[in-house]
Amino acid sequence: MPRFQVRLGERVFLRGPSGSGKSTLLGIVSGVLAARCGRVGVLGENLGALSGARRDAFRAAHIGLVFQMFNLLPYLSVMDNVLLPSRFSPLRRARARPDPVSEASRLLAELGLATTGAPGRSVTELSIGQQQRVAVARALLGRPALVIADEPTSALDSDARDVFLQLLMAECAAADATLLFVSHDTALGGLFDRRLSIAEINRAEPHLEES
Amino acid sequence: MKPLVGLAAQSLWNRRGTAALTVFAIAVSVSLLVGVEAMRSGARESFARTISGTDLIVGARSGPLNLLLYSVFRVGDPTANVSWQSHQLVSRHPDVAWTIPISLGDSHRGYRVMGTTRDYFRHYRYGNRQALGFAAGGPFRDVHDAVIGAEVARALGYSPGDEITITHGIGELSFTEHGDHPFRVAGILVATGTPVDRTVHVGLDAIAEIHEDWRGGAHSLAESSRHPFDGDEPEGGYRDALPEFPTGITAFLVGMRSKDAVLQMQRALNEFSDEPLTAVIPGVALQQLWQIVGVADRALFIVAALVVLAGLVGMLTSILASLRERRREMAILRSVGARPLHVFALLLLEAGLLALAGVLAGIVAAHAALGAATPLLASRYGLFMESAGVGVYDLQLAGAVVGAAFIAGLVPAWLAYRNSLADGLTIRT
Repeated sequence: MPRFQVRLGERVFLRGPSGSGKSTLLGIVSGVLAARCGRVGVLGENLGALSGARRDAFRAAHIGLVFQMFNLLPYLSVMDNVLLPSRFSPLRRARARPDPVSEASRLLAELGLATTGAPGRSVTELSIGQQQRVAVARALLGRPALVIADEPTSALDSDARDVFLQLLMAECAAADATLLFVSHDTALGGLFDRRLSIAEINRAEPHLEES
Repeated sequence: MKPLVGLAAQSLWNRRGTAALTVFAIAVSVSLLVGVEAMRSGARESFARTISGTDLIVGARSGPLNLLLYSVFRVGDPTANVSWQSHQLVSRHPDVAWTIPISLGDSHRGYRVMGTTRDYFRHYRYGNRQALGFAAGGPFRDVHDAVIGAEVARALGYSPGDEITITHGIGELSFTEHGDHPFRVAGILVATGTPVDRTVHVGLDAIAEIHEDWRGGAHSLAESSRHPFDGDEPEGGYRDALPEFPTGITAFLVGMRSKDAVLQMQRALNEFSDEPLTAVIPGVALQQLWQIVGVADRALFIVAALVVLAGLVGMLTSILASLRERRREMAILRSVGARPLHVFALLLLEAGLLALAGVLAGIVAAHAALGAATPLLASRYGLFMESAGVGVYDLQLAGAVVGAAFIAGLVPAWLAYRNSLADGLTIRT
């Protein structure tokens, strides 16, 4: 495979065992890590040509991230956690219409967390499944073009996992966001437009592009 | 930077247990520094206000500090006496407004006994030219009357009318008591916060009488240097005619009619050919003495400053210890768009906030404590605190400590910056 390419709005399932380089790939795509060689283009931007600070700004503006677990800052309320991207990116703040707080409330309500969005509600009171949904709300705030989810379901039981996945897909579709979903659990792949193995990407020519 | 201040504060609040301990350590150290500084200026102030209104102190030829110490602070012993004739000569000088003769050498239960005249109560000034006042009774009228300082009265529980005995020599355990000359407490002075509080005042004639009796006794030789009563005078002569009091005194205080004449008089006395004398200007001598005493005072300040440093090191330790468990926090912040520089600033702000809280708490606590302690310090130790309010010094101190905290905060900030560059979004636990 000469290049790994994801189209805009596409929902891609990336599978691979731990230690196979998933985190490194996500780090490169999200601009936290710099690729040593090859070209990394995301949303028309050549990440390799950007400085560290510019890559950080780019990530803040265009990428929403969801981790396996512990996505939330324990000292912030649910609402403040969701609003975090709007603190660091003016673009995300501007795109959260009509205003960041309303958009955060709407996202939380759609994710079935209407009551948890109450100001001052502590994230430590939430179950892991609820915490993961808060993380999705945060990743989607301000309509980033790309959502990267790194094993977001592995800490959930199977019922919660199915609910979570459906919500994630629906919200990404509603926000026109491209979804890059990484998991070792191949059973989840059926819901996605495309399924890839990390091993295939590792054989790719040093070209990594997403447009 | 503005969103970061809120984040830093919220992050600290989340760790409020350790943060409170850190703030407490800084607050204690800062309040110690504020307290020491207030004591320092209070001590300096009290020191300078020991004597005022006196233009010259005249004693036998010795160093100015020695003269000041025994005549004003009742510390140490005079090397020699001044003849009564010299005192009379000075007191009759047209430029001289008043003189107060003083005679030291006896004690009462550890407190110095000072022989003087009633001019002492008229002319002696302390602090901001305050006169001595009587809390009870009045000046001595009889040979066996004594006027005691406030601390003597308080410590020994005396009231007017009580009988006391004078001990020959200085110190609690003295050679012999002048048991056959009981004195009566005629008056108690208002507290001054000066050595006057620790003095038993009697008339010069009483001192003379005591020692006249002693002259014939076994101790006369030992005493002759300190109280060289000539014995030429008729028995009891000085009691009736004080101005001709024909004996040696320890020193005398001089008040001039015009300040312009002070230097001239000082020179004249220092060059006096009849008797080797030393005349000092109290303010000048106090200044010299403070330069010596001030060394201890500076040492105290350095110790307090080091305690503040220890407080800051404690803060540094607690922040550094938290870094490991906060790598996740940093990774989350980076995933939502925080740059490594933001992480750096966050930790720097954290150090600054901790120090600011500690400094504010420390200054408030110190001033509250000083305000509460001021009356006690003034009455018990004669330490007068000028102002209990927050002053420029406190602001400078606050600035210095917070500044130092920011500098100390560079260490954890740099480490977190490096960690977050290396960790990226991977969370290590």
